[in-house]
Formats: sequence, structure tokens, C-alpha cells
Amino acid sequence: MKTLELQKQANEVRKGIIRSVHSAKAGHPGGSLSAADIFTFLYFEELNIDPKNPDKPDRDRFVLSKGHTAPGLYSALANRGFFPVSDLTTLRQIGSYLQGHPDMKHIPGVDMSSGSLGQGISVAVGMALSAKISNENYRAYALLGDGEIEEGQVWEAAMFAGHRKLDNLVVMVDNNGLQIDGNIKDICSPYPIGDKFKAFNFHVIEDVDAHDFDAIRAAFNEARNTKGMPTAIIFKSVKGKGVSFMENNAEWHGTAPNDEQFAIAMEELEKAGEDLCQN
Amino acid sequence: MSELKKIATRESYGNALVELGASHEDLIVLDADVATATKTSIFQKAYPERHIDCGIAEANMICIAAGLATTGKVPFASAFAMFAAGRAFEQIRNSIGYPKLNVKIGATHAGISVGEDGATHQCNEDIALMRTIPGMVVINPCDDVEARAAVKAAYEYVGPVYLRFGRLATPVINDENSYEFEIGKGVVLKDGTDLTIVATGLCVYESLQAAKVLEAEGINAAVINIHTIKPLDNELIIEYAKKTKKIVTVEEHSVIGGLGSAVCDCLSENMPAQVLKIGINDVYGESGPAVKLLEKYGLTCNGICDSIRTFLK
Repeated sequence: MKTLELQKQANEVRKGIIRSVHSAKAGHPGGSLSAADIFTFLYFEELNIDPKNPDKPDRDRFVLSKGHTAPGLYSALANRGFFPVSDLTTLRQIGSYLQGHPDMKHIPGVDMSSGSLGQGISVAVGMALSAKISNENYRAYALLGDGEIEEGQVWEAAMFAGHRKLDNLVVMVDNNGLQIDGNIKDICSPYPIGDKFKAFNFHVIEDVDAHDFDAIRAAFNEARNTKGMPTAIIFKSVKGKGVSFMENNAEWHGTAPNDEQFAIAMEELEKAGEDLCQN
Repeated sequence: MSELKKIATRESYGNALVELGASHEDLIVLDADVATATKTSIFQKAYPERHIDCGIAEANMICIAAGLATTGKVPFASAFAMFAAGRAFEQIRNSIGYPKLNVKIGATHAGISVGEDGATHQCNEDIALMRTIPGMVVINPCDDVEARAAVKAAYEYVGPVYLRFGRLATPVINDENSYEFEIGKGVVLKDGTDLTIVATGLCVYESLQAAKVLEAEGINAAVINIHTIKPLDNELIIEYAKKTKKIVTVEEHSVIGGLGSAVCDCLSENMPAQVLKIGINDVYGESGPAVKLLEKYGLTCNGICDSIRTFLK
């Protein structure tokens, strides 16, 4: 897909995030927006998936290890055609299949239920291992938050993946620098992130601009061409990206916009969409 | 009566995995650096490419098992009960239970019969923990025959199963050729009229012995083997509560949250009856030879008889 098309799709994904979180009056817009371009690239270009056949056995697997950014995943899935975009506003409502955190039992296209931080990477490792055991070609992807990697289990999983040389595994870290209580470097710094994965025998691609599709594409291509070891892509991102007042502000980690803020956010995104159409 | 053959159910676990592995390519065994103790080393020898040692990282192992299950494999994740049900509880709850994945957890070294290793390794809480997870099947077999049958039944069943095995070699009381195992079905081993002993795991044999001793004293006790603690065979428990009025539960597990609690949950709602819970009385274990510990904590024939005599007074 052309970069401009991806940018347009990403803008739609961002609108879906804001609509769903506003409608739910709860949820996690900050980390959903920082990963919106990653979600878009994965579902519109990178992953071997079929919205009409979400369970096809040879599909690539994606685990949203930072499960609280479900609004980003849901919006990407809906815009890709896994379920109606209009359902996004049922997020977190009683009876909706769009649970606050991903639920594989009820959401088409969701490969694993997640939400408890640190577990999704291990699950993706299990998926990659499964493909190796039975000589299948699908790949496994896990997206982690930078705060999430403070969980010890992440490094158990990294140790195992490096040891087993799972080159069909891509671990992505959305390094937006913020966690609930503030800056990750102030709370319990996980830096240097890339060196840690290198120490666990990963091929590491660092400082990838999470909002530049050419950079994102180049990173995934490099991961695909890496043999004999798993790849970690450390994405440098802006929390809240695309909505001015949410950008780089930890307060928008888990807060929904009120009606007024919603109107401003949507106006900004509409404007961004129009600008893209004039390109 | 000739001396019964003794086999530890962990040994049965390893052997059953090998038997199943022969005809089921999708069966994968995971371990956390205790393969020689959990006896998955038997499987490892037969099918090295399907035995995954995850190292000392139980939380990671449990979630790797979840990932394998999402792709159609049938993983048996193996560790000591303390570190499977205990350390990895939340992983089991959120990454196996919630998505209802087809993962089997083979937990060995349960209870105080771990022996010399002492309290840190003697898990008396695993049944309680696993029971609280929606949809989890919890099985605690009483001997080698039942343990092997349980492993096979767990493989056939689609969904999460927690299997509890012991380290200590215990008497084989079931007949290989005639024994039929069904998940959720209790087994009446002896009928009786004065009380019903509901036992699980290695306490089943001891309870049968106790019933014999009590019989000689004029106390006619029924003995039921509950190998599946969840789902519990409510019908059978209620039937015997009606019949004998008094119930005694016996388990190598805390009296909080285990078989005794499950039986009380059932009876308090359906057929209130007086229940004596024999088990680990809200204390930690300690180091010592397994059989001596079982005696000390009142879980052998003598201890069970004493508790029942007091209960009936």
C-alpha cells in the first residue's frame, strides 16, 4: 500500500480510537494513538491475514501484549473489515463483544486475549514456537508498551526466544516514554531497551519513527530478512499522537475525552484527513 | 492380603504422556527445569522434539503453553504444584482460563508428601487456587491407574485442566483392566450407613484402610473417591449426605478451599449435613520423610480413625 494510503487509513484508525473511547467514557487513548500507525501498517500491509477468514490456519499471529490499547487494535481491525466500524462505539458497554481489553473468544481477528502486562510476549513466543515445531510458515508479532517491559516475565520470554532462535518472532516496543505515573525514566527506567534485547540474543532495530511509514516498512522488512534470531523493533513514538492536547501527556494514558475535548479532537483529525486528501 | 504395588502418580504422568504421544502428534510437553522430577523426562526421551524445557520460568512457560494452544497444539505444562498453581496463578487465570484455551497443567509434588524439601515446596493451596478459575477442571487422582486414565481423559477433553500428582510412591488400588475414569464422576469404593468418607488423592487409600478399622469397631463408613474436585459430583455427595447424614472429607491439602470446602459448598446449599474436614489445618508443612509427615498431620489411617472417632462422639 502507498504511504499516503496508509496515512489516510491511520487517520481513520485514530478517529475510531477517539470515537470509541469517548463513547465508552473510559479507555486508553494515549497508547492507542502512539501505536496507531503501527496497527495500521500491521493490518494493512505486514500481516498475512484475511478479514473474511479471520481464523485461517496459516495466518500471521498478532498479540497485543499492551492490551489496554485495545481501542487502537479494534479500530484497525474494524477499518480493515473484520467487523463493522459502527460497532466501535459499543466499546466497554455491557453486552458488547468489544471488551475493555482484547477478548479472543468474541472478537474476529483477535488472536489472543490480553491485558495483564508481560504475558502477551510469552504467548507470541508460544505461537512462533508452534510454527517451528510443525514446520509452518506463519510469523508471530507482539506489541509491548515501554512501561510494560518493567514486568519480569518479558525477559523470561526474551531469554527463551533468543535461546530458541525464533526468527519468526517480532517483538515491538512502543517507546512513547510515558506510563501511568509519569516518565518511564523516572518511575523505573527500562533503558537502555535495545541493549537489553541484544543481550537476550535478539536482532534489534532501534529508534524507528513510529509515525513514519517508510521507516516502519524498512524495519519490518529487516525483521523478515533476519534469520537465526528473533527481532525486536524499538519504536520511538509520541503518546497521544494526532490529537494536539493528548500528545506527550501521561494524563491521557487512561482518560476519555469529554464532549468538548471530543469535538476538538475530531476536528483536528478531520482536518488532518482533508490535508492528506490534498496531497 | 498381599502387599500392594506402589507407584508415584508423577511417574504415571510421565508414562501416560509417552503412551499418548505415540498416537498424537499435537501433544507437546513443557517443563520448567524439573523434568527428571515431574517425570516428563520419560516423554523427553521418547519424543525430544516435542519436549520443551523452558528453564526456571514458570510464568513464561504457562503463557507459551497458551500460545501453543491457540495454534492447535495440546500442551501439557509441567512444574511443581507450588510454582505452577502458585507462582503462575495469574498467568493461568488470564492467559489460559479467560480465553478457555486447551492447556493441561501437570502439577507434581503437591501436598506435604513432598517430604524433606519442606514448607516452601509443599503446596497445600493449589486446589483452592485452581477451583476459583471459571471453567477450570481440577483432577487429583488417587493412584497410578487413575492417574494414567486422568491424563488420557484430560487430553480428550477440550479446555483447561489442572492435574495434581504426588512425589511419594503410593499403593495402586484400582484394577487396570476394569477401571473406568470419567471426569466429574465420583467413585463409591465402599458402601456404608453411619458416615461417608469423601477422599481424594493419596488419602483415598488411607481412608479405605480407616474404614476397615472402624468397621471392626462397629462403625460402618462409606468411602467415596473424588478424583475430580471441579466439576464436583454433587449428585453423589448429596445422595450420600442423605443416606449417612455425616460426611468426613480427607485431603492432602488445606482445609480452606479444597475438597472439604467444595463438599461444604455443595451440601450447605442442597442437603445441610455435619461435615468434618480432615486436611492441612491452615498451617505450613515442614521437612521430614513423607510418610512420617502424613502421620504427623493426621492423614494416614490412624489419624483419620482418631479424627472420626472424636467426630462421632
